[in-house]
Amino acid sequence: MNDTLDVVLRLVAVLVVFLVLPLLVGQTEHKVMAHMQGRLGPMYAGGFHGWAQLVADGVKFAQKEDIVPADADRRVFQLAPAVALLPYLLVLIVIPVGPDGFVGQTVDAGLIFVLAVMGVGVLGSLMAGWASANKFSLLGGLRTAAQLMAYELPMLLTAASVAMAAGTLSLPGIVDGYHWWWTPWQLVGGVVFFTAGLAELQRPPFDMPVADSEIIFGAYTEYTGLRFALFLLAEYAGIVVLCALTTVLFLGGWHGPWSGSAGWVWTLVKTALLAFVVIWLRVSYPRLREDQLQKLAWTVLIPLSLAQIALTGVVKVVIS
Amino acid sequence: MNVSAAAHPGFLSPTGVEITFVLIGLATLGAALLTVTTRQLVHAALWLVVALGGLAVEYLLLTAEFIAWVQVLIYVGSVVVLLLFGLMLTKAPIGRSPDADSENRLVALGVGVAAAAALVWVVVDAFRTTWINLHGVAQGSSRATGESLFRHWVLPFEALSVLLLAALVGAIVLSRRDTGSPGSAAPSPAGATPAATPAADAPAAGKEHS
Repeated sequence: MNDTLDVVLRLVAVLVVFLVLPLLVGQTEHKVMAHMQGRLGPMYAGGFHGWAQLVADGVKFAQKEDIVPADADRRVFQLAPAVALLPYLLVLIVIPVGPDGFVGQTVDAGLIFVLAVMGVGVLGSLMAGWASANKFSLLGGLRTAAQLMAYELPMLLTAASVAMAAGTLSLPGIVDGYHWWWTPWQLVGGVVFFTAGLAELQRPPFDMPVADSEIIFGAYTEYTGLRFALFLLAEYAGIVVLCALTTVLFLGGWHGPWSGSAGWVWTLVKTALLAFVVIWLRVSYPRLREDQLQKLAWTVLIPLSLAQIALTGVVKVVIS
Repeated sequence: MNVSAAAHPGFLSPTGVEITFVLIGLATLGAALLTVTTRQLVHAALWLVVALGGLAVEYLLLTAEFIAWVQVLIYVGSVVVLLLFGLMLTKAPIGRSPDADSENRLVALGVGVAAAAALVWVVVDAFRTTWINLHGVAQGSSRATGESLFRHWVLPFEALSVLLLAALVGAIVLSRRDTGSPGSAAPSPAGATPAATPAADAPAAGKEHS
């Protein structure tokens, strides 16, 4: 009975995190973008500095009519947002927050699990792009697929480099084995991983699949109301997951001063800093063209990640 | 349940895991049948996702956790995405695609049944006496998988990687078009469409990878 209660409590905690953190990132994005662009951002909803803007947005989305285009493939169209969103919830379950089992569920091959499930989320965009019966959606879906195929490989290779360094695939195990000099040792890999993750989330500057000035909103063009909101939520949940993963793999997770008692604070602080960087990049970098996107992945990131793996292997052999 | 399962393995006292295994197996089989019988191309690819995901769950139930996640990563995350990419390039229509029928249904059925029979026979013959203790130490953890792969099965593993390398090189050779002097051998105009760019860039990167 106690075990069941324990599992249920953990899952509820993960669900709460899943519902709260993406909204926090969204609100931060409103404010950070506004201040970087010399304006205020939403100021009225909720009174104090527009803190309730996203709640108001949610209410607005819930009130909108749920439209399925006449020529669309109804079932695939309606299923797509769930396929895009749910993988991120699953991933959050296995991300360790603090030492001594402060994690939803320990998975033996957690690293592979995370990467595998994150890849499934992209299927949602592809389904949406195809099922909308709209040429802009189809183009968006095509670009999403091309982008995933290009950036999945460097992401996997750099994650493999971390697994080699730690000698384990378990995420808590990787953080347990962390030493401060891992960060400089895996620096190139970390940058590649973060960049590839951004591209997989289709965040600017890698937002060619949803480039609004040429293909409206890519795969999500035909969506309205709650289903559209689910896609947006998936994007923010993706930011949380990517930043938390980068923290766990490359920045040492809960390690820091007083990590015994306040380890989870360190994880959250590092994740929040990375999320800030994600928003910062959106404001400061222009969108990459489709061919530049592909070129960056195949001619820069993949060679860099292979070099990182070679470096990891050499250092690992030397120190052991 | 623990003691009885360990002492007396058999089909006649099914445990929860065994029942789940059979149910998931039936669902996987159904999805696989739908994959080959549906008349909508993209639906076939999506049913394939269900079938491959069901297989991953089966691996999981057999405690082969690492294999299960790799199955999802490679097949659902990459192979199906590649399939969908290809289908989208052909502008796969919504609804039925009657022109995609090659009318080889009987031959395909024959080949499918023969392949399935061969596989089932091999697997049954090889693992008839093997039992997995679901309640003990996981026999398919990543450590166990890695050790057996790189201690006992290194040669097949390396042979497979050479095979994949050969396939990669072959793909590059087949997709190269600029072997002659530039300008003479290019059938498409210089300003290639964006959709063609990834295909043209991929071999170049594949070369580096190999």
